[in-house]
Amino acid sequence: MSKPVLKISNVNKSFGGLQALRDINLEIEKGKVHAIIGPNGAGKSTLLNVLVGLLEPDSGSVTFNGGINVIGKSPHEINQIGLARVFQTPEIFPDLSLLDNVMIPAFSKRDGAFHFQLFRSLASETKITQEAKEVLASVGMEAKAEETAGSLSRGDKRRLELAMCLIQHPDLLLLDEPTAGMARHDTNKTIELLMQIKEGGMTKIIIEHDMHVVFSLADTISVLSQGAIIASGTPDEIRGNPIVQEAYLGGVEL
Amino acid sequence: MKRLMNIFKKQSDLTTILLFAAGVLTMPIWLDPIGANYPDLLQKFVIFGIFAVGYNILFGLTGYLSFGHAVFLGVGSYTAVWSFKLFTMNVLPAMLFATLISGLIAAAIGFVSMRRSGIYFSILTLAFAQMFYNLAYSVLIPITNGETGLQLRMHDIRIIDNYFSDPVAGLPSTELFGMSMNGYSGFYFCAVVLILAFYVAMKIFRSPFGMKLKAIKSNQHRMRYIGSDTRPYLITAFIISGMFAGLAGALLAVTDPLAGAERMQWTASGEVILMTILGGVGTLFGPLIGVGVIKYLENIFSAINEAVLHNFFSFMPLWAENLLVAITAPFVGEGWHLTLGILFMIIIIFLPGGLMEGFQKIKRRYLTISMKDSESTTKQE
Amino acid sequence: MDSILIQLLNGLDKGGAYALIALGLTLVFGTLGVVNFAHGALFLIGAFCAVTFQKILTFSKQVLDPNITFFDAYIEQPYLELWFGETGLAIIDYAVPLSIIVTIPTMLLVGLAMERGLIRHFYKRTHAEQILVTFGLAIVLQEIIRHFFGANPIPTPAPDIVSGSAAIGTWIGLGENFVYPWWRLIYLASSITIISSVFAFLNLTTFGMVVRAGMFDRQMVAFLGINVQRKFTIIFGLAAVVAGVAGAMYAPILPPDYHMGMDFLVISFVIVVVGGMGSLRGAVAAGFLLGILQSLASMTVVSSLFPGIDQIIIYLVAVVILLTRPRGLMGRKGVMED
Repeated sequence: MSKPVLKISNVNKSFGGLQALRDINLEIEKGKVHAIIGPNGAGKSTLLNVLVGLLEPDSGSVTFNGGINVIGKSPHEINQIGLARVFQTPEIFPDLSLLDNVMIPAFSKRDGAFHFQLFRSLASETKITQEAKEVLASVGMEAKAEETAGSLSRGDKRRLELAMCLIQHPDLLLLDEPTAGMARHDTNKTIELLMQIKEGGMTKIIIEHDMHVVFSLADTISVLSQGAIIASGTPDEIRGNPIVQEAYLGGVEL
Repeated sequence: MKRLMNIFKKQSDLTTILLFAAGVLTMPIWLDPIGANYPDLLQKFVIFGIFAVGYNILFGLTGYLSFGHAVFLGVGSYTAVWSFKLFTMNVLPAMLFATLISGLIAAAIGFVSMRRSGIYFSILTLAFAQMFYNLAYSVLIPITNGETGLQLRMHDIRIIDNYFSDPVAGLPSTELFGMSMNGYSGFYFCAVVLILAFYVAMKIFRSPFGMKLKAIKSNQHRMRYIGSDTRPYLITAFIISGMFAGLAGALLAVTDPLAGAERMQWTASGEVILMTILGGVGTLFGPLIGVGVIKYLENIFSAINEAVLHNFFSFMPLWAENLLVAITAPFVGEGWHLTLGILFMIIIIFLPGGLMEGFQKIKRRYLTISMKDSESTTKQE
Repeated sequence: MDSILIQLLNGLDKGGAYALIALGLTLVFGTLGVVNFAHGALFLIGAFCAVTFQKILTFSKQVLDPNITFFDAYIEQPYLELWFGETGLAIIDYAVPLSIIVTIPTMLLVGLAMERGLIRHFYKRTHAEQILVTFGLAIVLQEIIRHFFGANPIPTPAPDIVSGSAAIGTWIGLGENFVYPWWRLIYLASSITIISSVFAFLNLTTFGMVVRAGMFDRQMVAFLGINVQRKFTIIFGLAAVVAGVAGAMYAPILPPDYHMGMDFLVISFVIVVVGGMGSLRGAVAAGFLLGILQSLASMTVVSSLFPGIDQIIIYLVAVVILLTRPRGLMGRKGVMED
């Protein structure tokens, strides 16, 4: 087995008296889509916040690509080491054009967390402009390149957001309920898009409620309940797992 | 006018700056018909133009509203006058020191203020502005000379000047290697500085750095998650705009070698905010338009007094004349600030995008009208 | 010891004014969600209500001076004195406290006009735009006052009977020589009274309960079907009255002039931030605290060590607080934290 892209070891986190995360151990394998599911209040958001540097766990470690410690790093540092994320409500730059939206993450990746160069002109950045156009094409939005991002539909904003992540070629893409609030049509299109990206071999963590999405995309599923991982395995294994059924629906088959 | 603006936008950097330079250097010509062709006013246009262009780099691109930029105006003036007193009447060292020291102070204030955003940031800058203003009249009097203001004196040591030549009789005047800074030559010098400053601003606007600043304004949260540390960007923008302001302050002293703390009052900060917004915040040319309009109106309105008003309305019967004078008097002369305040409010309420936004709206309406015209004509055929 | 006590009292006085303005600011920000840079102007208008009232009362006509007999000399004699003699003079003497009768309705009107005419259109706009438009309004109001009253401070004395000092030393056992001006004590008492009334109103009436709920969660209150708009107007009016009365009563302490509005506003904003934006108690506490701090800092003992510190101490404290504890002394957690 190759080195895991993300290794979460013995992570614990409590808030006051409430133990939100209980001895979490997870390994995210390279190239796989790893879904994390669980009923409300299971600790998914807390786990997510630990992974992106918003929360520091009480104990345990989170390491990236075998050695780099994630804990204690600020969001921009974590992105610079190779983790990109998508938010529940798509976070884009609403005042800028789609092309600009995609170019900025590329600049950020190339230039680092802070870069100041007085006399560099946008017009001369042909390489990144070209890359941006290609990435927009790969999500099917090249026709709208000059439109202002704020006027997009939610589904399109999600696609734009994905494009913004893709242009950075992240080692790990973290999707936080990517189809939240979407109608069936948009959800299907998003799944299509994500499958396309999956073919490219990108490692992904998806935190999801929608079972249709999860079972269409995931290679591995981990189930979180009351702060602990109660099951981890392939979709078929999870589907038939009585403990999971119990945790979710009191015994109803998935 | 709008077509000219469009031309500006689409051309390459070189063409833009050449057209701009041509426009600025020929100001005495095209401003003459509207009675704005005299050196003092022209100087004000270009000096405050530098101030506003720099302020726009912060407010326009990042959206951070600073109420304290007048501090740098004052710092620039004081530094320049001290350079005149200690070293030489040559304006270049004065400008250099003023810009550098403003930058340092901007770094200090920016480092502290940028730890917060939104209202907190604005109030912090206001607090710093008041602090400096109060200090100028108290603790810093040795540097600022308090209420009297800092002026040139006969016995100034002027090390460099006095080393190279004998002291002249009377107070010397500011110069650039012999070229006087009064009148039109003063204007042309400041105009050249404006052109250079505008060039820098233009480069920033059209660079990846500028784009990142706009991204910070659009969604600072997202900016962090794509790997950019937003704080250094914001502080840099603050420092740059502070340096522009310091340079403007220095030029004020160059054309009139005295410095007073009233330059640092929050009202001066308010004025540059208005000029930037009036013209169109976030656009390259907006602030300059704003400066032009405000300073031009100030020039006219401040000069009007009751006698002029009476003269103006003298064609009416006496009771009407007196009534009209009574109504209009509060808005002119000393009442210019009242007019300014009202103008400020009108713009914020009705046209927050400034005159540039107004032009855009007119352009769009003109385009749709002409499209409808061509549609109806084709239908007729 | 004496001078510390005096400075303490001075500080409480000034702090009272700050607290009243900050209270209004916080009410407006907490309930309406509006940052009102014209609040200092309300204080200013109140002060000039007192000034105007006094001017009206002393409206005079030229009358022959009875004391100079060998030629006709004229002095100005107030109409009130002509008509009502001694009583007239007494009324003029009490101009400042009497002006409150006029100040309250005037400020109510001004506040209502401001809210209906301007502020309510900015509920949905960004804070920056609110700041800017009220900033413009502050300038306009200030310039109008300047136009009508000139640029110099206008002395507006307190009633004769309280223009002297109280021997409060005897009350607190510090001896007969310790005195403090009566009017300042009255001001302190009245600011505490007003503050208590406001808190009583907020805590003991249904209206007040709705206001407090609205400060906590504005959307929820609206969803509950309560007519929020009318409440907003009343609250703004209330804040305006509080600021105006504070200004009117302060007139004898600091002769009003046209830029006192902005001077007090800057400090008041700083105080609101230090106390905690959205916290009424914080605003009041911080107002008094910073007033005292400023007064103590102006003592010669301190100013010989740190010259000019009294001018900047409030701002220094604000900077420190904004950096270390951005929600202020008593602000709610999470309000405006970045």
